[in-house]
Amino acid sequence: MSHTSAIELRDEARRLLNEIEAAEELRTKERLAIPQQEMPAQEPVVRGGNMFEVTYGYFEEQAKVEAARCLQCRKAPCVKGCPVQIDIPRFIQHVADGDYAGSLDVIKETSLLPSICGRVCPQENQCQEYCTVGKSLKDRFKSVSIGRIERFVADWEAGLHGLPDDVVSEENPLPPSARTDASSRPTTAEAPSPAVSSTGNPSGSIPEVKAATGKRVAVIGSGPASITVAADVRREGHEVTIFEAFHKPGGVMIYGIPEFRLPKKIVEDELRTLEAMGVEIRTNFLVGQTRKLKQLLEDDGFDAAFIGTGAGLPRFMKIPGENLVGVFAANEFLTRSNLMKAYDRDKAETPIFVPRRVAVLGGGNVAMDAARTAIRIGAEEVYVIYRRSRVEMPARAEEVDHAEEEGVIFKLLKNPTRILGDEDDRVVGLEVLEYELGEPDESGRRRPVPVEGSESVIDVDTVIVSIGNDSNPLITRTTPELEATKWGNIVTDEFGKTSMDNVYAGGDIVLGAATVILAMGEGRKAAAAINRNLAGEPDPEVAEA
Amino acid sequence: MEHTILEKRQLSDQVYMMRINAPLIAEARQPGQFIILQTDTDFGERIPLTIADADSAEGWIRIIFQAVGGTTMKLSRYEEGESVAAVLGPLGHPTHIEKFGRAVCVGGGIGVAPMFPIAQALKAAGNHLTVIIGARNKDLVILEEEMRAIADDLVICTDDGSYGRKSLVTEPLKELCESSEQPDIAVAIGPPIMMKFAAATTRPYGVKTMVSLNTIMVDGTGMCGGCRVTIDDETKFVCVDGPEFDGHQVDFDNMIKRLASYKNQEEVARKACRVDAAVAGLSREET
Repeated sequence: MSHTSAIELRDEARRLLNEIEAAEELRTKERLAIPQQEMPAQEPVVRGGNMFEVTYGYFEEQAKVEAARCLQCRKAPCVKGCPVQIDIPRFIQHVADGDYAGSLDVIKETSLLPSICGRVCPQENQCQEYCTVGKSLKDRFKSVSIGRIERFVADWEAGLHGLPDDVVSEENPLPPSARTDASSRPTTAEAPSPAVSSTGNPSGSIPEVKAATGKRVAVIGSGPASITVAADVRREGHEVTIFEAFHKPGGVMIYGIPEFRLPKKIVEDELRTLEAMGVEIRTNFLVGQTRKLKQLLEDDGFDAAFIGTGAGLPRFMKIPGENLVGVFAANEFLTRSNLMKAYDRDKAETPIFVPRRVAVLGGGNVAMDAARTAIRIGAEEVYVIYRRSRVEMPARAEEVDHAEEEGVIFKLLKNPTRILGDEDDRVVGLEVLEYELGEPDESGRRRPVPVEGSESVIDVDTVIVSIGNDSNPLITRTTPELEATKWGNIVTDEFGKTSMDNVYAGGDIVLGAATVILAMGEGRKAAAAINRNLAGEPDPEVAEA
Repeated sequence: MEHTILEKRQLSDQVYMMRINAPLIAEARQPGQFIILQTDTDFGERIPLTIADADSAEGWIRIIFQAVGGTTMKLSRYEEGESVAAVLGPLGHPTHIEKFGRAVCVGGGIGVAPMFPIAQALKAAGNHLTVIIGARNKDLVILEEEMRAIADDLVICTDDGSYGRKSLVTEPLKELCESSEQPDIAVAIGPPIMMKFAAATTRPYGVKTMVSLNTIMVDGTGMCGGCRVTIDDETKFVCVDGPEFDGHQVDFDNMIKRLASYKNQEEVARKACRVDAAVAGLSREET
């Protein structure tokens, strides 16, 4: 895959934009002919040696060109692919018109965290899968880059978009999110001053909070579902306290997703906005252990609670050798690097295993994050072992491409059978079995079938297991009143209400491991139900499906 | 929440006791549970420490630790009145306490500290209590008076014979198992190698032996999986399934090797800390 420099992409977009603006009215055929705007990114070789964000985000010109690709179809099939039904054509039209504030208003009608979702949503399986442009060009990867446009407007508001002219001329400029010097951040006439974001109010405006109701809501966990609930419930004037077990809030967006994919500053800004709204965040507080959920409700004066504790119990493959030295759950490897900042060897006190040759087991986003983190902390060879083929990988295509550009080697149609160790129980190899693709299974993907006698050994000293998470048992174990499935997921009704009075749940603890945007959608729904509950209003009738 | 250090005492060369203000943990904790502590929430490490005692009315917990790693060395330089940046807990399952009949508690080195509340609870539940304390030498024996106050029998062993019996803890334990007063339950807490041999000692006699494991952890809530151990050929997480397990089912050899995962990096951190300490000591002397 060839890498085009940021400045080339910007100049090309300028040229295209001039043409588009010179044209009277673009016909569908002409819109379909506009080339999709590539995401500017750090050079692969350079970024493999730093933790800064890989992508820069669109330049303003690129965002406008990409917005011009949208056909504004009346049926808007993209909207039904969005878990929170953002009015996509309308926000894109505002970008095409250069009205970024208007665009953001449209997004914020239904979504709370555009700077995060624009970065981490699997758009090719959501909005962009249904995009008419992609359908017309017979390639969903050629759809309008809805996520990149969304990110552009969010970054525009935070003063994190594009690069100033003097910086673009540098050979390997740092991405805007890595720049600490506010004066080097780009500004445009309409954009809010970057000084605003440095005071901890990135959105420039704190959502309005209604008069105090005297009701109190406990939000357990501080990931995307919980942040959404906290904001939506606080807006109605209820007091909100977030309880987080770690020493820093943000959940998976802080401990799991690496800096190079989601800069921590962006998550921290969202949390500061919550605090500015009056939400209290209590870290180092594990509900179930420090206080039981029942104590919060019965003794501590909370009128309702939302559980958004996520999917936090790593799964292992149950193959021999999994407890050897050098075998890690991706959660551990990533938490050490992200939350504990172990990649910063000069400052961090938390050690991280320095791998030489690494096998990452799994094909999801977390596997890509682990593989790319291993590259960045100095691994010589990094393999991703996945038992199906590349098209079936659940990771976002962009992450897979980025990983490959950075030198990650994909060993597909292979499944580990055992991990080999030496006399000190240190990993010395991974035995894998070859697979071939058979008939499609119930998920529609072709089922991988093992090839008898095809075992071989890959020379590795580190194995990172990234095959998913089960739900964390702590809250259900310490709260027997909560009904859970046999997999430990909390059972809720269509409004997020659990079997316990005044207790709601959402996100991965209900869904099983899913995505940031789905967690947010669940949070929205539960927050609405909590607000109705506290106002004494009934839930709406649900039509029988 | 202010985790102020209410009291600090140096028990021996490297061993320190601290009472820390933590009302919610003091109220919720039960014997056998632990905390995760951090001295710095930006770059600090999260380390598990067992709660050695607590007072829910006064709102404090007691920890006893050996200054051997980066964080414990830093912590040992904190003074009364200063605050610890982060304390999370109580974590893990509490010890299962009931009236077993005769109970023996075997504590090695610093392991005597987490043993204390368990011994206390076993005694309170009506058990006949024998306590065996092991240490390398006389200076490293901790909580002797506290244990003497609750134990029906107290045996002290030192490796060098400078105090009590010159023997390993397994010797008196074996004698007890062979005697007419065979224990109905044994609890062993100490260095992994001690727990391994304590469990090996009681196994032939069929004396159920609980051990409390202190493995590498990051979050302490089940999320990272770094603390996993092999129990009867099954993988378990010390933080949410433990910290106590049936000593006869623990794969101690694998656990001991896993504990050494970061040996090289930790050595570097320790050296850096000693330099820090030396520099700090120097500047204090100068002023």
